[in-house]
Amino acid sequence: MVSDYIPPLKDINFVLEHIAGAHELAGLDRFSESFDASMVEPVLEEVGRFMAEVVAPTNVDGDTTMSKWVDGEVITPDSFKAAYKQYVATGFGSIPFDPTYGGGGFPWTVGVAIQELLTSSNMAFSLCPLLTQGAIDAIEHHADDKMKSAYLPKMLTGQWSGTMNLSEPQAGSDVGAVATKAEPVGDGSYKITGQKIWITFGDHDMAENIVHLVLARTPGAPPGTKGITMFMVPKYLLDGQGNPGEKNDVACVSIEHKLGIHGSPTCVLSFGDNGGAIGWPIGDEFTGMRNMFTMMNNARLSVGLQGLALAERAYQGSLAYAQERRQGTAVGAKRGVQSPIIEHADVRRLLMSQRSWIDAMRCLIYTNAASIDRSKALSGEEGEQAREMADLLIPLSKSLCTDLGNELTSLAMQVFGGMGYVEETGAAQHYRDIRIGAIYEGTNGIQAADLVGRKLPMRGGGVVMDHLAALDLKAKELASQEGMAVFAENLETAVATARDATSWLLEHGATDVNAALAGSSPYLRMLGTVVCGGLMADLAMKADKSSDAEFAEAKKVSARFFGEQILPTANGLLGAVTAGPDDLFALTPKQLA
Amino acid sequence: MKVAVCVKQIPDPADPGALDPETRTLKRDVKLILDESDSYGVEMALQLVDAAGGGEVVLVSMAPNNERSGLSTALAMGAASATLVSDPALVGTDALTTAKILGKIISDQEPDLVIAGSESSDGYTGTVPEQIAGVLGWPSVTAAKAVAIDGSAMKVERQTDAGYDEVECSLPAVISVTAGVVEPRYPSFKGIMAAKSKPVVQMTVADLGMTAAEVGWAGSGQEVVDVTVAPVREAGEKIEDDGEAHLKIIEFLESVKAI
Repeated sequence: MVSDYIPPLKDINFVLEHIAGAHELAGLDRFSESFDASMVEPVLEEVGRFMAEVVAPTNVDGDTTMSKWVDGEVITPDSFKAAYKQYVATGFGSIPFDPTYGGGGFPWTVGVAIQELLTSSNMAFSLCPLLTQGAIDAIEHHADDKMKSAYLPKMLTGQWSGTMNLSEPQAGSDVGAVATKAEPVGDGSYKITGQKIWITFGDHDMAENIVHLVLARTPGAPPGTKGITMFMVPKYLLDGQGNPGEKNDVACVSIEHKLGIHGSPTCVLSFGDNGGAIGWPIGDEFTGMRNMFTMMNNARLSVGLQGLALAERAYQGSLAYAQERRQGTAVGAKRGVQSPIIEHADVRRLLMSQRSWIDAMRCLIYTNAASIDRSKALSGEEGEQAREMADLLIPLSKSLCTDLGNELTSLAMQVFGGMGYVEETGAAQHYRDIRIGAIYEGTNGIQAADLVGRKLPMRGGGVVMDHLAALDLKAKELASQEGMAVFAENLETAVATARDATSWLLEHGATDVNAALAGSSPYLRMLGTVVCGGLMADLAMKADKSSDAEFAEAKKVSARFFGEQILPTANGLLGAVTAGPDDLFALTPKQLA
Repeated sequence: MKVAVCVKQIPDPADPGALDPETRTLKRDVKLILDESDSYGVEMALQLVDAAGGGEVVLVSMAPNNERSGLSTALAMGAASATLVSDPALVGTDALTTAKILGKIISDQEPDLVIAGSESSDGYTGTVPEQIAGVLGWPSVTAAKAVAIDGSAMKVERQTDAGYDEVECSLPAVISVTAGVVEPRYPSFKGIMAAKSKPVVQMTVADLGMTAAEVGWAGSGQEVVDVTVAPVREAGEKIEDDGEAHLKIIEFLESVKAI
């Protein structure tokens, strides 16, 4: 009964080309030699087919068979091992990386589209390549050439996977509290000792080697984030030929029992139980935290993408079910005949809400990715503008899309009725799997704090205000579009509300940090919804660029639904944004009981 | 070693479109994909060339509108080049005429072996491979499940209802393969990128030295006279097992002469 995954290639290709402007990236020096925009569609076509036929069928098996910890090692489901082997053979993981090390040299934006297809197919499985990409990103930027040549080619294909080791029992969101030690051996290597938790795919049997990137403290390091260095600690040390040889002193001592993503082993790793794991510093001493931040944008965007990817997969299932399941007689249907539930208005609302938000999320995530690409490819003022846009959009992409991942997979389950609550339909798995998205890679609360604490103050609020001004212009442009007058009016109103909220935060946040933090989450939702409103206006205005008239019509209706029925919800958040912290702190813990 | 593989590009079976009300044939003016049943032939050809220590796999195909998306998949898998016949005059071409057209290209290519899927997933005539062999005057082996080439001879394990026959024949020859005989590889990123610059030679009916009267509806000895909707599957019979249900099953199997 679990429905198949159909890669939404028409949507992906359209948003890449016409909303995110991915094809135009081919004109930039950074990509001009390696990126052929005419190959985006053929590549995604084959990637989509592979994901749907090979990876998507492993999703339920991963959930039920689960990765297991057996005699000190992690055993993944057999279906994962077989699919991963094929994934490595395709080389799809290498597409957005440096051609020097075997990469395809395509923009990150196209890499994000590939990630969407992978994640919708199987989120738990996708985390292995995802963490590997994060590790590649860090090594590419900060390791020396010798390290890059030794590790990157095999990590790019996925033959070797990668992990990120930040958290420790006392150091979760507060990474500065890291206590893992790194003692210099004298030959450039260090002995690492300590325990790391929440290590995704920290141990497994799909790849030939696992390259752990570990945050640790060297002797005499200053406290807090300023004393952290990043180390590379491979599971198997490389022999003289550069192949995995002797096992390093790293052990998986347990895995977590989680609500979802059961196929993805979340490991507790112990470094140095037998004298110290051998590791090498990546970048200079004490630059660990800063280096970690260079890949933070990509990592947070990828997690936001998970919200989109699972909402899409759950939506497909609910849409198929709504056409098959017959219950009740719809208005206008023949009496005594049960109608497919898709004929009922409220089921339509569940479906349209999903459809419209999914379109908006895809526009947001891909636009964010393109702004990251542009920020790296352009210099001067253009580069700076792209970086500002990328930085502003990151907390919106991460938080809004993972919150919506929760909400929309819940709506999908609602379409199934009681059967959605039964595991057989697969709706429940998507709902369970995506729940982590709002928590990891910086909780959504932390994203909201990042938005009001770091992003809003950029140029004294100028970055946000400039963007809102651009949305005002977009609203005017939209007003002349047939059937979009109400949407245009709503966009203007919502932008005005967002401007009021932004001014309030700028004014009060400067003197009372808690005032800004108290309203940060509703502000993120408001600003995210308004930014999506602007992107959906784009979608409405550009839909006719598609050669498929039915598709164009569907996008226009989806955009109008957003503009008329979703966008106005942003206005209702103004009270929560501007209320300040008083009532949040008015009650004692005892009174809260 | 040179292996020619006949590949058909068909409307996506997941979204097959409609029948043309006039000709009562499948509308083919949509995006076409590689017929999955042909991906087995491509894979087998690639494996045979590998086993021979070198050579090439070439594709021959006939499709409307110079459509090449399906060919791109096969080229990305590793085929070296393709020849595509596309011509408005070809609409309505029957199986035998298709075999004549493909046979002309194949004989120009001079391959050691021709591989085709047993039948396409849209037309299901299931006769083209044997007709190509007939047109060329080459040996034909159907339902090949394993093939070994030894110089100018070939040993084939031919699937039968009871098991398989061992067949030997000389080369060049035409074999047909059914789904599942090998596991088709998925194109790699490098394969997809390389496919873009692989040659796809496009030919018209005139290029083949044929006339419009010899092909299409005009040249074919067939006509689709009627199309009816497949009957809806009727509900099955449910038998409560009172300990004797197996007898009912035997009775049923006997009634349809299955045992």
